[in-house]
Amino acid sequence: MAELMPSLPLDTLAAAPRDVAVARLVALGPAARLVFRGREAAIGPAGEAFGVPLPREACRVNAADGRYALWLGPDEWMLLALDTDPAPIFAAIEAATAGLPHALTDVSARSTGIEIAGPQAAFVLGQGCPLDLSPEAFPVGMCTRTLFHKAEIVLVRTAPDIFHIDVWRSFAPYVWELLEEGRREFA
Amino acid sequence: MLIIDCPWCGARPEVEFAYGGEAHIARPSDPSALSDQEWADFLYNRTNPKGLHAERWRHLHGCGRYFNAVRDTVSDFFVVTYKAGEPRPDAGTEGGDR
Ligand SMILES: [Zn+2]
Repeated sequence: MAELMPSLPLDTLAAAPRDVAVARLVALGPAARLVFRGREAAIGPAGEAFGVPLPREACRVNAADGRYALWLGPDEWMLLALDTDPAPIFAAIEAATAGLPHALTDVSARSTGIEIAGPQAAFVLGQGCPLDLSPEAFPVGMCTRTLFHKAEIVLVRTAPDIFHIDVWRSFAPYVWELLEEGRREFA
Repeated sequence: MLIIDCPWCGARPEVEFAYGGEAHIARPSDPSALSDQEWADFLYNRTNPKGLHAERWRHLHGCGRYFNAVRDTVSDFFVVTYKAGEPRPDAGTEGGDR
């Protein structure tokens, strides 16, 4: 019997993206994604266990060694590590926050990552995202939940020309194809 | 597009928000002590003013938090937003004609 292999929602669509150098599109592989919610006492220890302090400023990302701590709300963070097994991170944070009021949830399989990079990346995103994505209004190191057309996404600017999009997997083909649509004029 | 000031995230577009009804309506602590009329007032009857209205909004596609806003129901102008749990600011004179 053939072995069942887990698939990512963009495996087929992303196999042959348009070649558009000014806004390159990449479907990212599996990642560890944990949502941490907690009261004051648990926030520090959770960041120490993750290896990245949880940002206390709204809509900011802290990053170190390929690990990202995203502020999503005043008591809510997403902890993201590309190509990483979530189980050891989960166990480490649970150990560090034992007895402190908090909730830690493994949502690794809930969403998938897309990277859009290049000098026209913000322009392409702007066709579906209502935010001002100029570097002054949305600088490197900023993140937020927002909308891309009618799908909710988490958007992070990791470099002046690079955005990371995290989208629920069932919405991923919708977002991908609308990004492709937005890139057509540069093809 | 209407811009709404989330008390946590700052100025954001209206499409990220969801309306949550009139603000500062506390659930009665002992519902069984109320008359039917008082209970109906709590459940259904709202002030529905023409003018400044304190109301709940949720930054649904953002930080996810509920907060309160004073909005002019005639002009749709948001006079002020503030965090849930804070008292209603005195908004009677501020910004109403902007
Ligand atoms: Zn917000």
